[in-house]
Amino acid sequence: MCLCVQKTRAKHLCEYVFERKQDYKIFKINPMGMNKKLAIFIRKEFYHILRDRRTLLILLGMPAVLVLLFGFAISNEIKNADIGLLDYAQNDQSQRLTQRLSASEYFTLALPLRSTQEIEEAFRTGSIKMAVVLPPEFGEETARGLPGSLQLIADGTDPNTATTLSNYASAIIGDFLREQAPLQQPPMAIQAEVRMLYNAGLKSVFMFVPGVMTVILMLVSAMMTSIAITREKEVGTMEVLLASPLPPALIVIGKVIPYILLALVNTAVILLLGTEVFGVPIRGNYALLWAECLLFVLTALSLGILISTRTDSQQVAMLFSLMVLMLPTIMLSGFIFPIESMPFPLQMVSNIIPAKWFIIILKDVMLKGGGMELVWQETLILLGMTVFFIALSVRSFNIRLA
Amino acid sequence: MKTVPYIVQKEFRQIFRHRVMLPLIFLMPVIQLLVLAFAADYEVDNVKLHIVDLDHSQAARQLVGQFEASEHFILTGTSASGKVAMNQVQQGDADLYLELPPDFQRQLLREGNSQLQMAVDAINGVKAGLSSAYANAIIRDFNAAFRQNYGGGIAQPVALQIETANWFNPEQNYQTFMVPGILVILVTLVGMFLAGMNIVKEKEIGTIEQINVSPIRKHEFIIGKLLPFWIIALVELAIGLVVGKLVFHIPFVGSLWLIFGFAGLYLLVVLGFGLLISTVTETQQQAMFIAWFFLIIFILMSGLFTPIESMPPWAQDITRVNPVAYFVDVMRLVLLKGSDVWDIRQHIVVMGGYALAVNGLAVLNYRKVG
Repeated sequence: MCLCVQKTRAKHLCEYVFERKQDYKIFKINPMGMNKKLAIFIRKEFYHILRDRRTLLILLGMPAVLVLLFGFAISNEIKNADIGLLDYAQNDQSQRLTQRLSASEYFTLALPLRSTQEIEEAFRTGSIKMAVVLPPEFGEETARGLPGSLQLIADGTDPNTATTLSNYASAIIGDFLREQAPLQQPPMAIQAEVRMLYNAGLKSVFMFVPGVMTVILMLVSAMMTSIAITREKEVGTMEVLLASPLPPALIVIGKVIPYILLALVNTAVILLLGTEVFGVPIRGNYALLWAECLLFVLTALSLGILISTRTDSQQVAMLFSLMVLMLPTIMLSGFIFPIESMPFPLQMVSNIIPAKWFIIILKDVMLKGGGMELVWQETLILLGMTVFFIALSVRSFNIRLA
Repeated sequence: MKTVPYIVQKEFRQIFRHRVMLPLIFLMPVIQLLVLAFAADYEVDNVKLHIVDLDHSQAARQLVGQFEASEHFILTGTSASGKVAMNQVQQGDADLYLELPPDFQRQLLREGNSQLQMAVDAINGVKAGLSSAYANAIIRDFNAAFRQNYGGGIAQPVALQIETANWFNPEQNYQTFMVPGILVILVTLVGMFLAGMNIVKEKEIGTIEQINVSPIRKHEFIIGKLLPFWIIALVELAIGLVVGKLVFHIPFVGSLWLIFGFAGLYLLVVLGFGLLISTVTETQQQAMFIAWFFLIIFILMSGLFTPIESMPPWAQDITRVNPVAYFVDVMRLVLLKGSDVWDIRQHIVVMGGYALAVNGLAVLNYRKVG
């Protein structure tokens, strides 16, 4: 088997060298038009991508997996949280309240507790998220018309879950009491009629589809290209390419065009899954949506090219695009965490992250149904960034290596 | 085994020869930690509020005043029609608008209740849910105050007092919760990516053949390759913990020895993964993509950003085979709640088994003679 692997590897190497020689010959002997040369070059690039089945599988499969994960598995709604109950009363009322709590979809009664000490132990092993403490006289005071009390102790390490859990529990306990002693509607009250705009079901997938799309486009366009170009430098084949009659600008264009197509295929997959499986609407204009996607792909590509002009090691290119492009795209773009809640300096920083503007555009066009009049500012910003990055990479592009 | 120190020495030289590598490995994680910890904030503040007041009565002004006084809302505009308000929401200049109808106060005094309209931009479901909850709380307060002023002392109904307490993090500081988890991500990045790519690089450039013809034994090579990254990752964890203590005042309730012990075990799993990836790939690009693919699934399913309890049962089952989920859990349990070895025995057993399985598989898969 090992021999076999080595053989195929040697075969690949031969093919590779042969292909390069072929390219070279064609360029040298036949005085063709630039367009045809470029087409051949692009075809070669496609072969490179298609030959690497594993990477291709991941590039095509990842968007689908991410959308499905975000749609089905990742949510902030809390269901079936494990709670513990410390019941000092052990009476009719307390039993009924216990049943009520465990019947709700939010809570699962994990274990009965016997002392305050046990609460802390349960928290430390992570077996419960909240403890409900019912005092000895539970239910008897309220029956006599006196205010009673009970205690909710939440595991505050996760503040949001803690707040949500104690809110749910308070609501359930409130309902329970109202049924025990029905009171009239309190007079003189405002009733708020709440309308949830654009996303009536408060589904988190509405929020995640634009975000996943941004991350994937960034990954394919910026990270892939930066590595593909530095690879030619590291392996040494860039010299061969630069020695060919194709001008350097066309070499770069030829290298990135296949990635543009790949990125657009990914866009289609994500949009299709989002709309067909999760019912995310596209309320705006399709043409505008695609044009904006193409613009963002170009922005990301220009970033990838910029990185590749600055380094000739794949590891450096990868770490750099991971730290400087991918993490900010995930964390600072408003994809997962709202920008308004960040401290002021970070809000400023988020302005120079292209993903932020693209996510705004996607939400405006897809979910709010806006047209160009709504997104022209963001579009101009992306356009400006693209021009800036390209100008910067042209300046630092060095035709001579080492 | 005598050769191992030489290989480790060679690796360290190679890693730090790149001038970019040193700051990338040690400085970037600190910056990332600072940025991520401040950014990863689910608290909802500064909700942009728009008000359409068609009543201009005293009650209306009072209600608006209470909204303005709230720390959760910022009044960004007022207008005289719902249409303008809707436009503001569409442009993103408002997150929420309230519309008070023309006979707001009259209805409230005469009929005893009054309607108002609240519309929320719900694209971000979590934010929409929390901001409408905040708005409802303000309205409840307003109701109580209004009843007391104008209601002529209507008795409050008998109520049950619910006391809530938040243990371990009474100030509800979100950073206290996030920083231990973010440290896990940074350590994992270094382990999985750098280790995996390092061996593939030798393959890609062809220098692995030279090592293969040398008398270095298979296990010596693997140990020599992985040990430097094991050390780098632990040093990084130490730096991260210091930053967490100094900048974010993370309480170190439990034992640091336990944290480092578990981290050492966890890194064996991560490095094993990197090694496994390097045995099935030919180029650094491939290695990186496979690592990235698994890493993103591991991180999303780790309970770092969204609670595991909110996942459907099948997804919760996936988290049981996710090493990142175990380490995130251990960091929070030990650092924030002071769990001891006995409390996390299950985590340790699972991680130990995992380390054996992954490394065993990787070593079996790695062949010195191609």
